[in-house]
Amino acid sequence: MKILYFAMFRERLNRSEEEVDPPAEVKTVSDLIGWLRSRDEAAELAFEKPSLVRAAIDAKVVKPDALIANAQTVALFPPMTGG
Amino acid sequence: MTVRIQTSAFDPGAETNAFLAESAGAGAAVTFTGLVRSRPDDPVETLTLESYPELAVNQIEAMIAEATARFGLLRATVIHRYGALPAGDPIVQVMTLAPHRQAAFEAAEFLMDYLKTDAPFWKKEATPEGERWVEAKHEDDAAKDRWRNND
Repeated sequence: MKILYFAMFRERLNRSEEEVDPPAEVKTVSDLIGWLRSRDEAAELAFEKPSLVRAAIDAKVVKPDALIANAQTVALFPPMTGG
Repeated sequence: MTVRIQTSAFDPGAETNAFLAESAGAGAAVTFTGLVRSRPDDPVETLTLESYPELAVNQIEAMIAEATARFGLLRATVIHRYGALPAGDPIVQVMTLAPHRQAAFEAAEFLMDYLKTDAPFWKKEATPEGERWVEAKHEDDAAKDRWRNND
């Protein structure tokens, strides 16, 4: 699946997207964030406050317990500041 | 409904006139324009908005659908820019059309409150002291939540 990073997360990770192939036990958005954090130090720091991570699956906003099994694109971003 | 997510500038007056030209006898239209703020004691040279346009369209269409059902709107348009904007530039325009003024005013405010917290844009200010991300504000969450308290 593809992961998109926005705003501060994009800056801290120094990339706006990447292809990943998480193991089967990574079932939810929250699991995915934990798995990304375990892979590299930049991600560990970028996502150190899980309560400040928002997510969308295939361009629909989801909660942290959403399942990623059928996701093509998972977006991770900080709280939105539109308007 | 019309949703436009764009980097190019827009002319708020021309957009308003185009919206009013199709008012079809409705009694009330409200237009709101949000601008890049810069104050003498807190100058901002450039506001750069990052966006996820595909998600923005989905989120804003859902907001307009809810506002339309709730306030009985006849029509609504939201234009939202992203990219690097100089101080004073229009960022966002919300236009609502309804039979009476209260619905048009309330729906415009409802849409702006939701855009603040639920539209995928992230703002970074360039100031004489450097760059900083604009943090989400509790007041904006509270402003959105008050529409829920009445349910």
